[in-house]
Amino acid sequence: MKHIISMLMENESGALSRVAGLFSARGYNIHALTVAPTEDDSLSRLTLVTSGTSAQIEQVVKHLNRLVDVVKVLDLTEGEHIERELMLIKLSATGDMREEYKRLADIFRGDIVDVTSTTYTIQMVGKSQKLDAFIDTIDPVLILETVRSGTVGVMRGEKSLHV
Amino acid sequence: MEMTGAQILVHYLEDEGVEHIWGYPGGAVLPIYDALDTDADKLNHILVRHEQAAVHAADGYARSTGKPGVVLVTSGPGATNAVTGIATAYMDSIPMVCITGQVPTAMIGLDAFQEIDTVGITRPIVKHNFLVKDVNDLADTLKKAFYLATTGRPGPVVVDIPKDIQTAKSSYVYPQEVDMRSYLPVTKGHSGQIKKAVEMMLSAKRPILYSGGGSVLGDASAELTKLTHKLGFPIVQTLMGLGAFPASDKQSLGMLGMHGTYEANLSMHHSDLIIAIGARFDDRVTGNLEKFCPDAKIIHVDIDPASISKNVIVDIPIVGPVKQVLTEMNAILDETTLKSDKEALADWWSQIEEWRATNCLRYDTIGSKIKPQAAVESVWRATNGDAYVSSDVGQHQMYAAQYYPFDKPRRWINSGGLGTMGFGLPAAMGVQMAHPEATSICITGEGSIQMNIQELSTCLQYGLPVKIICLNNGFLGMVRQWQEFFYERRYSMSYMDSLPDFVKLAESYGHVGVRIEDPKTLDAQLEEVFSDKYKDRLVFVDILTDQQENVYPMIPAGAGLNEMILV
Ligand SMILES: Cc1ncc(C[n+]2csc(CCOP(=O)(O)OP(=O)(O)O)c2C)c(N)n1
Repeated sequence: MKHIISMLMENESGALSRVAGLFSARGYNIHALTVAPTEDDSLSRLTLVTSGTSAQIEQVVKHLNRLVDVVKVLDLTEGEHIERELMLIKLSATGDMREEYKRLADIFRGDIVDVTSTTYTIQMVGKSQKLDAFIDTIDPVLILETVRSGTVGVMRGEKSLHV
Repeated sequence: MEMTGAQILVHYLEDEGVEHIWGYPGGAVLPIYDALDTDADKLNHILVRHEQAAVHAADGYARSTGKPGVVLVTSGPGATNAVTGIATAYMDSIPMVCITGQVPTAMIGLDAFQEIDTVGITRPIVKHNFLVKDVNDLADTLKKAFYLATTGRPGPVVVDIPKDIQTAKSSYVYPQEVDMRSYLPVTKGHSGQIKKAVEMMLSAKRPILYSGGGSVLGDASAELTKLTHKLGFPIVQTLMGLGAFPASDKQSLGMLGMHGTYEANLSMHHSDLIIAIGARFDDRVTGNLEKFCPDAKIIHVDIDPASISKNVIVDIPIVGPVKQVLTEMNAILDETTLKSDKEALADWWSQIEEWRATNCLRYDTIGSKIKPQAAVESVWRATNGDAYVSSDVGQHQMYAAQYYPFDKPRRWINSGGLGTMGFGLPAAMGVQMAHPEATSICITGEGSIQMNIQELSTCLQYGLPVKIICLNNGFLGMVRQWQEFFYERRYSMSYMDSLPDFVKLAESYGHVGVRIEDPKTLDAQLEEVFSDKYKDRLVFVDILTDQQENVYPMIPAGAGLNEMILV
């Protein structure tokens, strides 16, 4: 099963490679990974999507906690949470497709953010599955480029990940 | 006080109470070596002959004292030579701080002479590492390094110090406090879990205690012994844990695992409750996991949550320092009105005694060759079983573990996790430095000893009277044994050709060399080696042993603990 693991870590140069190194050394996979600063200069927030049995995930979380640069770890998938991913997708857009994409973008609540005479770039936010679904509606030969941010998320309600 | 980074390092180490630092100089640590010359007061630097040996020596010091070992090497090749030693310490959770020199900050990333990404290379084999980028952070970083190395589950920490940081100036005061929000080692096991565990122990019918390196590292020998006596349960110990519970005690069934005793492995296999204490269910212990202890419930006490339920699923996990948890268990046992099932225990013991009666460590003594087992037993007698024994890796290591029973912790020093050939001699040097009056032995093979033989020179320079017991079978014996069993006796590259004359070699290094070939003179010759005559001399004892001897009993790979080959 897929798990979204989110953590606060020290904003140190080697911290990211410690997390990435742990996953490769122990043979765990990473489907997606995103990391960025937080409101607190000394901390960054890293979110990654991985999969495994619950015993494997428990082990992953224990090992992450063992890393000295990792301050707090949370498996978002354990509880009610909100997850979002951002995608920019550049499509070959000529003839009828120019109208068709607009309709599709509307249905998926995407925005066309860049236009040329032959292309559209659509921006879309949502759960990863929604982005997957959008991609599935489009003929692969028309996709010029996709870039996805990787999933980020927070717990629903008052619970939050902070120091 | 205003001083250079190099001076800060030296003063810090003295203030931290470090006695010995093992190292080797080079361009990127010249300022530090200069500060050692000008500023060191009590701190004793030992110049080894290879950086790997510096790390193993610091490691032997740490294992035999419980204090952190300290190493100093230069950048580039100095650091890469140290890697095997660091990995060895990491696999066995040994407290250590390794200082590495680095090229000046401004040159990092430019493929400068002797530049290597030390922090990157060592990342997977350290508990943590640091690159110091500002001299004002140096003292705090060192404090963190020692704190990390010695608390929680111990391990090596690398501090990489660029040359310009060594010469830059800052004010120095010894930092009394360390503040790390992301590192909070557990100091106490969960009382509810401990209570539940004790109840489970008292209701078991075929219980067994399984103790590992954590009992040694956590200085829990006294508590473990007390608990074992109170419960009256059998106890088995891992290769890393030998000595935490006295081997000569009747409740001890010896070592378990691949070359463990029949009674240890069968008792594990047939138990209904395993109480694992500072042990990690290593594959060399469990054999085939699918066949592992089918009827057993498991209580697991360990300082590292990540060790629990890693290889086998545990019924009662207790995360905490072994010493504290066992103390609490003993206190509960003192007060509880619950009683263990005496009848079931008596039955269990009579079954165990039957297994023990197979006398699985017996060996053939006929023949004109010295049996390696006999050599180790003879060493045990000649040293009254009271020496510090460092070992290399191979058959001799297993013979030492099997035939030199340890009654005290921190006496048995071996690379269990990484299995590093070349560990023995430098480790024995570290032990000898820590315990100048004690007998420090290195049990080795003619293969392993050649991996760090250059340290004979260091031993002469510092007057380290290590006794090297080389079980010379002319083979990479452990490799030969596996080839005999599993590769139809194709002895590919396991014969050790062109061996030096070790007696002359030792002599040319200024030491004493002794050769023993005759079983009849074995005892007498070893008596002499360990007599006062050679108290202050390093003696290299080259014992020519039976070339075909194998280590038994043995659990072949893929088999269960109950599927041992006896002879
Ligand atoms: C650095 C290193 N290289 C290779 C090995 C693989 N290995 C394990 S035991 C062994 C043979 C050791 O031979 P020797 O030191 O003569 O001891 P013996 O087994 O004969 O007692 C080898 C090559 C190892 N453990 N470490």
